Amino acid sequence: MKKISLTVIGLYLFFLHAFSQTTDQYKSMFNARPLKLEEVNLVTSYYNQDGNHSAVTGGIGTEKVIDFANMLELKLVGYGETGLKHTILAGIGVDHHTAASQKYVSATGASSPNGNRVYPSINWTVENEKTGTEFGIGSYYSHEYNYSSFALDAHVGFKNHSGGEFQIKGSAYLDQVKLIYPSELIPTTSASILPYDQNIIKTNASRSTGGYISGSTITEIDIPSSPRNTYTGSFTYNQIINKEAQFAVLLDLVKQDGYLGLPFHRVYFKDMSVKVENLPSTRTKIPIGLRFNYFAGDNLIVKSYYRYYTDDWGLTAHTASIELPYKITPFFSIAPFYRFYTQTATKYFAPYATHAITDQYYTSNYASAAFKSHFMGTNIRIAPPNGFNDSFLSAMEIRVGHYTQSTDLNSNVISFHFTLK
Amino acid sequence: MKRIYVFLSSLTALLFTSSCETVKEYQKNKLNDAEMALSTRRVERNELNFMSYKEGASGANGGKTGGGCGCN
Repeated sequence: MKKISLTVIGLYLFFLHAFSQTTDQYKSMFNARPLKLEEVNLVTSYYNQDGNHSAVTGGIGTEKVIDFANMLELKLVGYGETGLKHTILAGIGVDHHTAASQKYVSATGASSPNGNRVYPSINWTVENEKTGTEFGIGSYYSHEYNYSSFALDAHVGFKNHSGGEFQIKGSAYLDQVKLIYPSELIPTTSASILPYDQNIIKTNASRSTGGYISGSTITEIDIPSSPRNTYTGSFTYNQIINKEAQFAVLLDLVKQDGYLGLPFHRVYFKDMSVKVENLPSTRTKIPIGLRFNYFAGDNLIVKSYYRYYTDDWGLTAHTASIELPYKITPFFSIAPFYRFYTQTATKYFAPYATHAITDQYYTSNYASAAFKSHFMGTNIRIAPPNGFNDSFLSAMEIRVGHYTQSTDLNSNVISFHFTLK
Repeated sequence: MKRIYVFLSSLTALLFTSSCETVKEYQKNKLNDAEMALSTRRVERNELNFMSYKEGASGANGGKTGGGCGCN
């Protein structure tokens, strides 16, 4: 943690120094402008899903979820004395969900199905508009009952003279997974505790005699956590092809370590014995994506995306999507979209009651299964030139989508985005 | 891994062999249209979030790559 913080500070000082080379040359040309609130974005979303393969109940059982998500983001822009543009994005998100399967963390179905997540974030970017270079740092925090996360990131970007932009970003997520076990599987002896859970011994006695499940004797702070770290290097290259077309190449190199399963996911074996899912403590992921956008004629835009994904757990996936915004007027567009996704199973997945008791790693979480999915819907965007009735509300988007998975999971989502200026 | 090398090699070849026009700022009215942005929309945030829970793959879309939630 300390090393990461020092690295981020070091990177910031390095790029601040690099940018400062132009200070004297342009000092007289610019008037500093203090940070000013330029834009407010509000995104609100309602999501529901249904299925019959919950990981909490070992790959069978209800997957009903309702989620209500809200995000508020403020964008502040200002110019320093040297002419450098400073942009600060400060946001906060609040989600509330109800998950039917969450009740069955307790064997009797007595656990609460509700949960909340709060996630503030802040990003600061310094841009030299003359040279087309930028540098930024950001921080992110997320908290929910069973999971917390703290993240730092830093990025640099460069533009060339032929319409290309290159960005490198490094980020580190330092997460804590709270070790909430299914009530009947709370470890009671050190022999039954996995190496990364050794500190759970401290609270075993009280948890096994009532525990957090009944909500009576154990408070949130009593339940120990296990770390999960995610380090990502992201490389993005955007290129203008001509007046109507541009593309982007996106590559992420992801390394995870720590507790990569979830402690309340059950796995039933062939002999009907039950354990908590067990997965390797490291994972390397390589997703690479390509976007291509083309303005066809005066009204139609073709937005396409393809992603190839592979990891060292044996999962390979392809994602392809197309969106066709049609501009009915310059300020009003309707965009039908379709997304296709397919993946192979990880080496560690097997459905309910099919794992062998001798398996070293095991999960019945259907996110690791082989399946195909389809997602389709419509996006409507309205952005009058002077806002709605000359008000602060400058743009509005409504997006509805229906998702189906070959595992019989299906879901619906409706989202609204309001931009105020 | 081999497929990634092939894909990256093809992409690099495409970058260097394709002829891209130099487009002046005043010619960018279509490229600067909000619908032409080479990024995900803010309004997509929640659907990308649920996909990261229900699908094994993530990343290369400007969004999450694994951290920050009890998801993949």
